[in-house]
Amino acid sequence: MTKLCSLNTVPAGRCCIIMRIDADSDLTARMRALGLQLGRRIQVMRRSPFQGPIQVRSGQTDIIIRRADAAAVQVRPCDPNIEHCPANESECN
Amino acid sequence: MSKRIALVGMPNTGKSTLFNRLTGAGAKVGNWPGLTVELLSAKLLLGDSMVELVDLPGLHNLHGFSEDERVARHFIETQPVNGLLVVLNATQLERQLALVLQLKALGLPMLLALNMADEAASRGIRIQLDTLSEKLGLPICLVSAKHGHGVPELRQALTAWLHRHPDLATAQARVLAEDDNIEHTLDTLLAQTVHVPPVLSPSHTDRLDSLLLHPWLGLPLFFLIMLTVFQVVYGLGAPLQDGFGWLLDAVKTRWLAPAIAGLPAWAISFLLEGLYDGIGTVMTFLPIIVVFFLAMAVVEDSGYLARAAFLMDALMSRMGLDGRAFVLQLMGFGCNVPAMMGARVIRSRAQRILTMMTIPFSLCSARLQVFLFFTTAVFSPRAAPWVLFSLYVISFAVTFLTAWIWRGRARHGADPLLMELPPYRLPTLSVLTRQSLRESGHFLRQAGGFIILGVALVWFLTHFPLDAAPASPATLAGRLASLMEPIFSPLGIDQLLSIALLFGFVAKEVVIGALAVIYGAGGDQLSGILAQRLDWIQAYSFMLFTLVYTPCLSALATLRREAGGSRYMWASLVWSLGIAWLLSFAFYQTARALTQ
Ligand SMILES: Nc1nc2c(ncn2[C@@H]2O[C@H](COP(=O)(O)OP(=O)(O)O)[C@@H](O)[C@H]2O)c(=O)[nH]1
Repeated sequence: MTKLCSLNTVPAGRCCIIMRIDADSDLTARMRALGLQLGRRIQVMRRSPFQGPIQVRSGQTDIIIRRADAAAVQVRPCDPNIEHCPANESECN
Repeated sequence: MSKRIALVGMPNTGKSTLFNRLTGAGAKVGNWPGLTVELLSAKLLLGDSMVELVDLPGLHNLHGFSEDERVARHFIETQPVNGLLVVLNATQLERQLALVLQLKALGLPMLLALNMADEAASRGIRIQLDTLSEKLGLPICLVSAKHGHGVPELRQALTAWLHRHPDLATAQARVLAEDDNIEHTLDTLLAQTVHVPPVLSPSHTDRLDSLLLHPWLGLPLFFLIMLTVFQVVYGLGAPLQDGFGWLLDAVKTRWLAPAIAGLPAWAISFLLEGLYDGIGTVMTFLPIIVVFFLAMAVVEDSGYLARAAFLMDALMSRMGLDGRAFVLQLMGFGCNVPAMMGARVIRSRAQRILTMMTIPFSLCSARLQVFLFFTTAVFSPRAAPWVLFSLYVISFAVTFLTAWIWRGRARHGADPLLMELPPYRLPTLSVLTRQSLRESGHFLRQAGGFIILGVALVWFLTHFPLDAAPASPATLAGRLASLMEPIFSPLGIDQLLSIALLFGFVAKEVVIGALAVIYGAGGDQLSGILAQRLDWIQAYSFMLFTLVYTPCLSALATLRREAGGSRYMWASLVWSLGIAWLLSFAFYQTARALTQ
């Protein structure tokens, strides 16, 4: 089993893959429209101080999302230096 | 039969820019998701037929439920069109093509315009247009709306496409497309047609962001940037305004006064001290307003507003608002009315209404005129910009206070904040020219409309009965003012000023014009009179009151329409009058007590 964590806990600069989204259908559809969808590899660009939103890059799109909403996105973090996310768990921490 | 094409696309894909390119009409352009809030349409000649092009608000997907997405979807579902011109950002096809697949289910003819070809090229993104067009079964054009590349070809394609679809059609009752299915189709499609370089080198946007969105430097830099913008506006606009004022004065004394010298005294007074001084004094603000809106256009187009939302969201969330509300506040610096309509991008009703209740406190360009006039008249040139800046700070403080007190339900039903952070872009000269032409046109139309009416009415009130000394207690205005005296004297606002405030209720643009008529003097003369009659405490108290006291009529009407009921309009009116009075009272009495 791969350990999942919430997007809001991923440190800046880290890449991860979206494994599950636990949001209502409206929010899920909106996330998808902005490029947050299952199986996508995304990168957390920065986190603003005082519990502000985080900036995430999915493909060519940069989006900002509040931490509370990012908590609904379950991801599997991976090493930012590896171009394609590793298939096996040991390379992913 | 007339033909009609709807322009559809996700927010910030360049629909308005393309609309302007194709029709030459002025839609507002800004690098901020969610700016097109009204349906804008214009005629366009394609081949031998006149076509109506309708610019719809941005739409993320067909299941979206924000107010502006509803408008777009409703239009697509109910209005007959010859077809949809779908605008996509060519750099982001991996997410934008999903919308195309959804729209296809509607069974309407479609033509795709892949916009931002320039940005796609500079990022090394290659698109196999032929294959994509074949797989989708849709004609496709690659364009750069901003620079005009590919637009003539797009026109040709549109003409040919219209020939094939000469009749109006209505969308078929929508089969709710299986989104998972869409995703699969999409992935295959993308793999075959779009090539994105595996590693993108950090762009200039990334480099700028690491400074401007820096965890600790970000906010201080934001305030520094805003301060610089206002210094520039002030530094550039003030001399222009002086020159313009001088010109108007010269015209009056050398040319106009001699020309009408034969008329009866009351008519001369009406024409010179009423209309000319009133409108002329308002007109001197034309240059500064143009400079101001140019600066706003640069800020809006740069993409920095979305960064401001990112930086301020943490603070705003504590007050039941979010970063978008802050940006609308900034847009309200131009005019509150479009800023209120921009609140449609916010989905939660409680939060949208709270946002709209706070926008009237944003220091709009009409109030800026009043403050510029007063600060230049009463304060030293060194102090004036700081006084002005303090008013902006107070405008934010009152906004925050309002939000904090009224946050109620908005605090709980927090609307998810999820938005695109567009790359930084430089506005083109044509965008800037168009913007300033539109704003000056707007300003002139207003000056020509209700400002004329306003100053004429003020003249009547301050000169009737005709045998009384103008604006003396015996005139209508004088009597009205003495009625209001108990309210205004604790604020240090004298009777004549209170008359001007009464007219500012209609529109703040009228205040300066009204003062010119009341004192029977325009431009520099009026400044002189104000400087003599008011000390800085009175002037500042008057400005505080003007800043807060009431949204103008059109803002109130917008609030009523957008909030769907007059309850919020009345609440806003009573609240702002109350807080304006308390604020001025507290300031005036304290300042007087301290300087005794
Ligand atoms: N680089 C580039 N920028 C563009 C192009 N078309 C539009 N833009 C910019 O994209 C931003 C959004 O444009 P706008 O027309 O307001 O998009 P809308 O929200 O879809 O109406 C603005 O800053 C435009 O200047 C283009 O072809 N190339």
